[in-house]
Amino acid sequence: MKRRLEVSELIFKILAYTLLTAFAICCLYPFVYAISSAISGRDVVDNNEIILLPKDIQFAAFAEIFKNNAFWISYANTLFLTFYGTVFSLFVAILGGYALSKKRLLFRKGFNFILVFTMWFSAGVVPQYLNYKKTLTVFNSIGIQDTKWMIVIAMGMAAMNIILLRNAFEGVPSEIEEAAIVDGATELQVLTKVYVPMSKSTIATVGLFFGISRWNGYYWAQRMIPANHSFEWPLQVYIRRYLEDNIWNSDQGAINVEVYSLNSIVYTMVICAIIPILIIYPYIQKYFAKGVNMGGVKE
Amino acid sequence: MKFQLDEHIKLDQETNQYVMDKEQVVRDNVEKDHWKIVLRTILKDWRLYLMLVPMLFIFICWRYLPMYELLTAFKSNLNGAAVSASDQYFNGFANFQTVLFGGYSSKFWMAFRNTFVLSFYGLLFGFPVPIVIALFFNEIKSNAYRSVLQVLTYLPKFISIVVMTTLVWLLLSGANTVVGGSAGVVAQLLAKLGLVEKEVTEAGMMYNAQYFRPVYIISGIWEGAGYGSIVYFAAVIAINPTSYEAAQIDGAGKMAQMRYVVLPAMLSTIVIMLIVRIGSLLSIGYEQVILLKTTYTEVTAQVVSTLALDWQESGLAFSTVPEFVNNITSMVLVIGANLISKKATDTSLY
Repeated sequence: MKRRLEVSELIFKILAYTLLTAFAICCLYPFVYAISSAISGRDVVDNNEIILLPKDIQFAAFAEIFKNNAFWISYANTLFLTFYGTVFSLFVAILGGYALSKKRLLFRKGFNFILVFTMWFSAGVVPQYLNYKKTLTVFNSIGIQDTKWMIVIAMGMAAMNIILLRNAFEGVPSEIEEAAIVDGATELQVLTKVYVPMSKSTIATVGLFFGISRWNGYYWAQRMIPANHSFEWPLQVYIRRYLEDNIWNSDQGAINVEVYSLNSIVYTMVICAIIPILIIYPYIQKYFAKGVNMGGVKE
Repeated sequence: MKFQLDEHIKLDQETNQYVMDKEQVVRDNVEKDHWKIVLRTILKDWRLYLMLVPMLFIFICWRYLPMYELLTAFKSNLNGAAVSASDQYFNGFANFQTVLFGGYSSKFWMAFRNTFVLSFYGLLFGFPVPIVIALFFNEIKSNAYRSVLQVLTYLPKFISIVVMTTLVWLLLSGANTVVGGSAGVVAQLLAKLGLVEKEVTEAGMMYNAQYFRPVYIISGIWEGAGYGSIVYFAAVIAINPTSYEAAQIDGAGKMAQMRYVVLPAMLSTIVIMLIVRIGSLLSIGYEQVILLKTTYTEVTAQVVSTLALDWQESGLAFSTVPEFVNNITSMVLVIGANLISKKATDTSLY
């Protein structure tokens, strides 16, 4: 027997559909707007006449970006930081998480506390800055002049991600490990041949957490890279600098003779910055949902 | 037991970790060799301990050594210029005196209040939204349409903070903000709806201190609400459908079902998330603030960490003090929230 829909239920359903659809449109709109503005003509963009669809279509802003070497250097820097940063952080976190997952580890509580305490208390931005500055001096003194490596090694670790991995490794049945040891596997083989394959989805999730935060990293890169090293800027720093220098502090007297507005250049950069994420997004989305749900912290 | 540890080490059932077996140690009369036993155990299992080394190195160098810099909070030199943690002039709590009650107190308390207000409003308005979104997702029975909505609403979370704030700037203040005279497309809409005065939007909303808080909070909700709903939605879909049917047979309407079926199922998730949020009540995302604030909006936008950075850049001796005070308070909050929830609901985060 089909149940009659009650009035309260119907109202709730209608609310759910309309409000969620409206929110989803709000989430999508800025991106559509960015694309439209990137390919619209100078005057309509400068006068904020675009609402949804592009007007006076031009592709000169895109062409300009494709010719802009500094932009692509910053893009390459971001790819470098994302790749090496993710690999390095993941490597450290897998080793640490694996060791912490072992009950036989002495002082296990103490090691865990070292991680968890950083989630409760942080020294703050200024001490962190002073510390990074000293790190940079140390790195320079041992011959690493490139700030990139300092960013890869010193930044981006998160206690939460190690705890996620630890919890996943704890979930692997110890019988499997014992069987592997009986078969003569060493500690490292147990990790790479048993634990890593059995926790693939968690490792993927944590890798994505690291990857996204590396791709999006802004403040410390902007702060730590010396002013005369603009060739080391990652993408996010480049976009922000462009906005600050050419849009806000530009010489308003200068007349823009191009067919595109300078804002279109910014919109084009924004689009270039989010395209890689949009491409991998459908594949990673399910992992993220999984990773967030594993997030419960326990001692 | 596969791993033969030292005979003096046993599993403590209570804490579920391996510790020194005190009775065995006394029996064998090897109290003096306590550390030798520990060392022997570690050496036998050195591969496992070696794996911890990179992680510990990173945490000590870049999470704990910064705490050493906090010593500057207790030091100063005679001319009041910036000091380093290794300087030797301790001056007790004089720096705290200056920041909390002295000449810089008005700036500090303004920043402290702004931090608190921003995160409090963020909690008040931002916390319920993901819960409501999760409940709404549960109402959408078409899987395809729900997936589309999920993909779209999670999307902003993956956009970098720079891109997000850039879009906020351009959509609100529009092009040519320096000259003024033309508002961004969203600002135009707000003016048409009568939510914001037209003159304000044309002068650039981002330059108006009155609008910093709403802009910060709404852009935060826009970015994180969809993604934040994932945990709640997982709790909602875990509910057994028969629970709804049983409630319906008992005559429960939609609201009663919400109250007696859905809410209890979500409660532990809600409590955990609330602890996290209360714990981070004073640790506001400084990147978003730095990227959204201007010199015109400092009255509402200056938070503790940006104030500390400003002071550090101007070479003031006590630039570590504001965050020190802030983060200690924050730690008390998170531990307190955790304790209360452990007592009240048996749910705890740590």
